[in-house]
Amino acid sequence: MALKKVKGNIERMFDKNLTDLVRGIRNNKENEVKYISQCMEDIKQELRQDNLAVKSNAIAKLTYLQMLGYDISWAGFNIIEVMSSNKFTLKRIGYLAASQSFHCDSELLMLTTNMIRKELNSQNQFDAGLALTSLSCFISTDLARDLSQDILTLLSSTKPYIRKKAVLMMYKVFLKYPEALRPAFPKLKEKLEDPDPGVQSAAVNVVCELARKNPKNYLSLAPVFFKLMTTKTNNWMLIKIIKLFGALTPLEPRLGKKLIEPLTNLIHSTSAMSLLYECINTVIAVLISISSGMPNHAASIQLCVQKLRILIEDSDQNLKYLGLLAMSKILKTHPKSVQAHKDLILQCLEDKDESIRLRALDLLYGMVSKKNLMEIVKKLMLHMEKAEGTLYRDELLSKIIQICAQNNYHFITNFEWYVTVLVELAQMEFGSKQGHIIADQLIDVCVRVTAIRPFAVNEMSQVLDVYASSTQFTIMQDVLYASAWLCGEFVTELQKPESTLISMLKYKNLPQKIEIVFLQNILKLYARCLMLYEIAEDYDKIDGMYEVTQKKLRNSLKSPEIEVQERASTTLMMLEIVQEEIMKRKEQKGNLIDEHEDESDETKPTTKIDEEHTVAASLMVLFAGELNPVAPKAQKKVPVPEGLDLDDLIEEPSLDESSSSDSEYEQMGNLFYKSEQKPDRERYQPELTEEERVKIREARKHEQANNPHYLKGAAKRDNDNGSDNYQVEDIPIAELALPVQLKVLSKRSDKYLNLESGKSKKKKSKSKGKEKRKEKKVESSTDGEDDAPNVIVSQNIEIPEGATLSDSESSHDNMDDPHRALNIDLDLPSFEESLVGHPKLTDKDEKKKTKKHDKHDKKRIKDKKSAKKSPPQAEDLIINDLLLVDEVEQNQQDDSSHVKVQDEILVGDNEVQEKKKKKHSKKDKDEKEKRKHRHAGDGTADAGKDKSKKKTKKSKRKEGDKENTKSHSKNVGKLKMEFDTLVKTDDDYEEAHGISTPSKEFR
Amino acid sequence: MIKAILVFNNHGKPRLSKFYQYFNEDLQQQIIKETFQLVSKREDNVCNFLEGGSLIGGSDYKLIYRHYATLYFVFCVDSSESELGILDLIQVFVETLDKCFENVCELDLIFHVDKVHYILNELVMGGMVLETNMNEILNRIEEQNKLENKEAGISAAPARAVSAVKNMNIPQQIKDIKLPDLPQAIKDLKF
Repeated sequence: MALKKVKGNIERMFDKNLTDLVRGIRNNKENEVKYISQCMEDIKQELRQDNLAVKSNAIAKLTYLQMLGYDISWAGFNIIEVMSSNKFTLKRIGYLAASQSFHCDSELLMLTTNMIRKELNSQNQFDAGLALTSLSCFISTDLARDLSQDILTLLSSTKPYIRKKAVLMMYKVFLKYPEALRPAFPKLKEKLEDPDPGVQSAAVNVVCELARKNPKNYLSLAPVFFKLMTTKTNNWMLIKIIKLFGALTPLEPRLGKKLIEPLTNLIHSTSAMSLLYECINTVIAVLISISSGMPNHAASIQLCVQKLRILIEDSDQNLKYLGLLAMSKILKTHPKSVQAHKDLILQCLEDKDESIRLRALDLLYGMVSKKNLMEIVKKLMLHMEKAEGTLYRDELLSKIIQICAQNNYHFITNFEWYVTVLVELAQMEFGSKQGHIIADQLIDVCVRVTAIRPFAVNEMSQVLDVYASSTQFTIMQDVLYASAWLCGEFVTELQKPESTLISMLKYKNLPQKIEIVFLQNILKLYARCLMLYEIAEDYDKIDGMYEVTQKKLRNSLKSPEIEVQERASTTLMMLEIVQEEIMKRKEQKGNLIDEHEDESDETKPTTKIDEEHTVAASLMVLFAGELNPVAPKAQKKVPVPEGLDLDDLIEEPSLDESSSSDSEYEQMGNLFYKSEQKPDRERYQPELTEEERVKIREARKHEQANNPHYLKGAAKRDNDNGSDNYQVEDIPIAELALPVQLKVLSKRSDKYLNLESGKSKKKKSKSKGKEKRKEKKVESSTDGEDDAPNVIVSQNIEIPEGATLSDSESSHDNMDDPHRALNIDLDLPSFEESLVGHPKLTDKDEKKKTKKHDKHDKKRIKDKKSAKKSPPQAEDLIINDLLLVDEVEQNQQDDSSHVKVQDEILVGDNEVQEKKKKKHSKKDKDEKEKRKHRHAGDGTADAGKDKSKKKTKKSKRKEGDKENTKSHSKNVGKLKMEFDTLVKTDDDYEEAHGISTPSKEFR
Repeated sequence: MIKAILVFNNHGKPRLSKFYQYFNEDLQQQIIKETFQLVSKREDNVCNFLEGGSLIGGSDYKLIYRHYATLYFVFCVDSSESELGILDLIQVFVETLDKCFENVCELDLIFHVDKVHYILNELVMGGMVLETNMNEILNRIEEQNKLENKEAGISAAPARAVSAVKNMNIPQQIKDIKLPDLPQAIKDLKF
């Protein structure tokens, strides 16, 4: 034994420690990799020793190597060994390594649970602190669930150091284990008034993070925060609180009104720039949330803008940057007040700092008017010539286009100018990858502004000429795409189609995508030229043209790109057919001339070929018809055919089928959800009566109405009263006479479109008669459709709330966002009290946890009592603070009544609960499993039942007060959802919470 | 929330990396590299904020950095943090380092990266600001150092002696001498 110790010490003497490792790496710069791999070997050796000190030394070195990018996850077990040491010094090394290399998916974490629990309960505050710090970096759902109780107890530790860390830790726990939020919240709230400023600050921090994602649940804390804001002087905390208010005000305008005064005072009084800046930011948020009507608004805005100007004028670049950033927020709602500072912003464009220039560019967007647009764009283009850095140049380019194109080219008075600018840009930035933006713009402008076509097309043909005649790239390739297409499409506008055709035939080395456009449009141009020559009866020219064209096309036949080959050969074949026809005509004509040689001149005009009878005309038929832009949402407006009820069940449900149809629209994710099918599943299938089915269906509709992620049809959305009483028969259904005719149903949203387009049309015709917007001709079966909805519009088509673009795209991200699960209404007492017996647990787990649950129960009862008391307290507070005297107070009262009512359910209706429990335990068994497979659908079924049960209960109770019942049923709804979420398995809690009230994002 | 704290020198060599969100080691290195490239090309008299790290963050995230002599201190934060506040925090961090190491320089960070981590852990925990009061921070660090010293006591004496000897500029070879057979020899001894 002693020898072993001696051995360990001797070894340690010769082991390399961290310092040696670092030094070694520095001395072996040339063959660092080799040196490190050698060190790794040494480390592995050391880890095999029994001596913990040796191991910790090895781990310390590993931690360093981890920073250099070496994977050390293989040493996870050793790290845990070192973490378990009794010595703080060694433990510390282990915990550091763990925090650097472990992550929430590490399988090893399950080994750490008890160890960490031991540390958390340690007498030494630094042991606990160490564990908390480290745990915060790698906490997993399991750890969060198992340790949440321990961490919660630490919240009442006597040592502020621990309390502080525990408070912050709770946030991490919530993220991983949302169920912890409700029981922990009262304590967290207490910590807001902790005597220790550090703890208080930490609590503010946590609540702010929580509230940022789900602000409405924390509105009730506003009075507490208001008090903190007016009494505390810790800038760090004030900043957080003020930021929080910025998030809350959009939900409660009255709060904003109360805030303005103290914030303005702070703005005047504070010397800390960071605080000043945040105050301004929040004032801006308040002003945005209050829709006009307060006379002193102007003053507040003026104050903000003035202060921001001071910031922007400051020599400190940081303040300048922030000033511009805040300015852009004002811009959205009060563009006028910002426009006054145009000079300053233009000045910032000259700044040497890229971040600042970018911010200034953002602002410029709102600065333009019809008068100054040209001037500003000119400035920007000058800038572009000088500017360095592709990122900035690209940004400039897209900003120029954004500025010009905003609001349907609202500010552009002269489209010739705009087309020229686009071409210039294309020539200036031929290396840029932004070509497609310019190309899109060119096409867009030409298609939508008829009057500009002649000018634009000829401009384009020049572009093609230049391209054909030079050997280098002088223009963006993408723009060639636009030019070729435009020249082909609007070929009638071309002055000299033949020369354009010749330029186009000179294409070389184009990307496939562009080459095919060339091929296609060469044919269009060819047809046009053919037509002209035919009318002129210039058959020699036709022959010449045919020769040149087919030669070029034969080249393209050799292209390696299959698409190009195909188009080339099609085009070629068509030309050949046409040429044959031409030859025939030529002969005919020759004959005719021979025949009529001696006849008088009068007959000649009859042989004159008119446009309709040319060969070219039959070729041009191929390209006949106008191409019109289609609104991105047009698809949606295609009416549903009569007799098709999308909400109808396709087959009368056995439950399983309904669930599968549910999953289709509820959660695409379900398709991928691994259902653990149990063979005996069928046995538990309950028979549904017709009544129940109706209930299920209603519940589902109700749920859809509440589910922000369910994409509803527009008509349905418009029905504000909820879709419960929504009748399919009520929707006017137009006949669908496909394929030729497409009737576009007008919906409410169309009205806005029409309005808008009407407006913009008016404006445009005022500004210049020149530009007309093309309206899509909607071919429709009915005649009275002259004012058919204008579908072309518009970059700013109104997007229904459930169907924002980002929404549909990022739904996946949302699923990953842990904050969704934290959307829990904390003002309501927990419904889980009554359901504690029911959380979804396997039998084993249940046995394990019964003890724990008992504890929980007691605690919850306490909580419940306090909850009963607390609302009136909150009310008092509000009155005392004179903060939100009117509305909020009422809300609170409502809330408290909810609480009481709710308590009655919880306490008074024990019988019913007993019954329910019984029923549940029966039902639960079979439903538990089913839920696994189809939580969405089943949840609603349950909801329906619960709800109806509640309703009967309610009718028994004496309260006839309508208000109350209404709010109550609302409550029940909410609680029901929470119940639903409670019984979900961990991995689908996110989906489950998706059902509850939508979390709104903030601008 | 703070997503990551990076310290690297003027050549992009990492001196400290702390990620509050999991990235694997390769990605961590890429992030450090990218961040270095973004930050290092900026002149000294421009603002300390920048957007557009493609690997770390996204639209809601900003890089907030300070440049001290040979070191860049970069914090990657989301919009819930005050920009100027974070700048102050970096200042607090650096001043704390300065107090703990007595005129901190890059070498201190190179050789005592573990200590730097311990210090940082007193400022920021799990991506949230834990403490901004420097005296408080220093006290806690001091107390923990004491704890370590107390533990070290006698048992650490040889180690300390060794490290003292090692620091006495002995030629590298001696340090790199390995005695692989020694433990084996001892084991083979029979009583």
